[in-house]
Amino acid sequence: MKAGYRKERIDRGIKARADDIFAISSYREILYLMGPRLLAVVGLLLFPLFKDITGAYWQTVGFIACIIALLTLSWNFLFSVGLVSLGQAFFFGIGAYFTGYFNHTCGLAPLFSIPLATVCGAVLCTILIFPVLRLRGIYFALITFALPLFLMRIIEATGYLGGTEGISGLQRLPSLTFSVYITVVLVLAVTFIFLRLFDTDYGLVLRAIHDNDMSVLAGGLSVQWYKAQAVFLAALPATFAGALMTHHYRVVGMPAFAVEYSLLPLTAAVVGGTGTFAGGVLGALILVPVSEMLRAFGTLRIVMYGMMLILFVVGLPEGIYRFGQRKYFQFERIVPLEEKEK
Amino acid sequence: MKKKELLKVTGLSKSFGGVKAVDNVSFTLYEGESIGVIGPNGSGKSTLINLITGFLKPDSGTVIYQGKDITGIAPYKAVNLGIARSFQMVRPFYNMEAYKNLIVPLYSPRVKKQLKGGSYGDRDEIAIQLLEDVGFERESQIPYKITGSLPHGYLKRLELARCLCLEPHLVVLDELFSGMSMSEVASTVPILERIIDEGRNMIMIEHRIRELFRIVNKIICLNFGRKIAEGTPEEVMQMKEVKEAYLGSEGESIA
Repeated sequence: MKAGYRKERIDRGIKARADDIFAISSYREILYLMGPRLLAVVGLLLFPLFKDITGAYWQTVGFIACIIALLTLSWNFLFSVGLVSLGQAFFFGIGAYFTGYFNHTCGLAPLFSIPLATVCGAVLCTILIFPVLRLRGIYFALITFALPLFLMRIIEATGYLGGTEGISGLQRLPSLTFSVYITVVLVLAVTFIFLRLFDTDYGLVLRAIHDNDMSVLAGGLSVQWYKAQAVFLAALPATFAGALMTHHYRVVGMPAFAVEYSLLPLTAAVVGGTGTFAGGVLGALILVPVSEMLRAFGTLRIVMYGMMLILFVVGLPEGIYRFGQRKYFQFERIVPLEEKEK
Repeated sequence: MKKKELLKVTGLSKSFGGVKAVDNVSFTLYEGESIGVIGPNGSGKSTLINLITGFLKPDSGTVIYQGKDITGIAPYKAVNLGIARSFQMVRPFYNMEAYKNLIVPLYSPRVKKQLKGGSYGDRDEIAIQLLEDVGFERESQIPYKITGSLPHGYLKRLELARCLCLEPHLVVLDELFSGMSMSEVASTVPILERIIDEGRNMIMIEHRIRELFRIVNKIICLNFGRKIAEGTPEEVMQMKEVKEAYLGSEGESIA
């Protein structure tokens, strides 16, 4: 920018004033506010219908993108409560193994085993994480990074739950379209529920823990207990993702705890904008297809992928979502600096 | 009439490494009394408060509150017994609107279950009301502003408001006046006097002696973690130890 000039940002007249107050005067403005949301919701819901155009391959990519989106929603939930997780694979793997166990050993149909695995998995995750909840920042992150690896090695060493072979021959889900639809609907539903939850007084308490946990203690609330609740709620979409993916591929094994399931949601959250639920989903829906497209580059794919991440972290640390939001709701113009009065 | 003991602290000690931050401090706060804690910087005033409110665990000694041993209690449990504290370094939730800061304490079990009409009350309305009580102008934009953009004096009063949310029986204020302008202090003193008139007890750490003496009726003076004086404000200010702690002894200044 030229010296003596600055960029001025002005809110558009129809920006939402507060969470629930809008200054709307015409259909055009309603469309302006609703447009992006409608586009995202309708676009996602219509995606599985275009199977003939996209082909089964890209439908599967869409399915995986939604699975990662669920994990990212979970990551963002934890982040909003001040917990940085490097181990989304932990939630994912536990959900996967639970449903495998229920389906294989107890003979439950996926209709029952998936919801049951979601809830049981979330409970188990909460119990396992509970003792380290008083840790903060990097220490908590390290523990969550270690937990999935830890469980993976236990399964390998003891041979329990199928050991290195895993559990295969699980019951299949009706069809690919069904799987895609259920994940799409869940991504939308979970985004909506989480956004709403964080608007309530309960959500406010959770956000307050992120801001300043000492003040929450001084406010007479047990931080440990609220963090545990947050871990449970955040684990639900992640364990569900694990359970659904297991039934989709009809097999569960040690790769359910693979580092990819920890790193992809993390990068998706960074690209989309940490702490924004919609941003995280956007990040996942961009990142997974892009990483598929880069497959053509063979080994160079990882290099390009890494370059992209570096570009985002350095160039757009606020994330795509916040950047887009700003551009959409504000005018920008270059104005000369006001001259100093003589 | 025999006075009822509200808070009884006996032999409280806490060391950080080799430094004895609080060394064998004992005092008793009777129902209806208010205590001011004074002392030079680093004399252990804040540590003493942290020990009483559960933010630190004492090495030795006991804290009895309303006949119940609360030594080393979890901070949030102390709050739910009616001990509310403010922080010396303000700790608001910077990313929220000012009044939303009070939703968190209003969500605590103490307020939710026992007070303010249970869970039926409109917390936002109560929060705005409380902010008005501590001097946030109700009709202005200030209670609705993002906390991070407020001046420091308002943040201090927000700390006070957070204590008042909890309907405390014992209010513990850690240097509430520090960083406030003279006019802000002048407008806050009546608020504190009113809090005491409402039948609450108070422990105040303060460096502004004149305002402190208007509010409390008993003073404790700490130096190097030890209690060196206790009594009414007038008595304490006449004591030789207190003068030495603040101004240095005459022998020292010559040497």
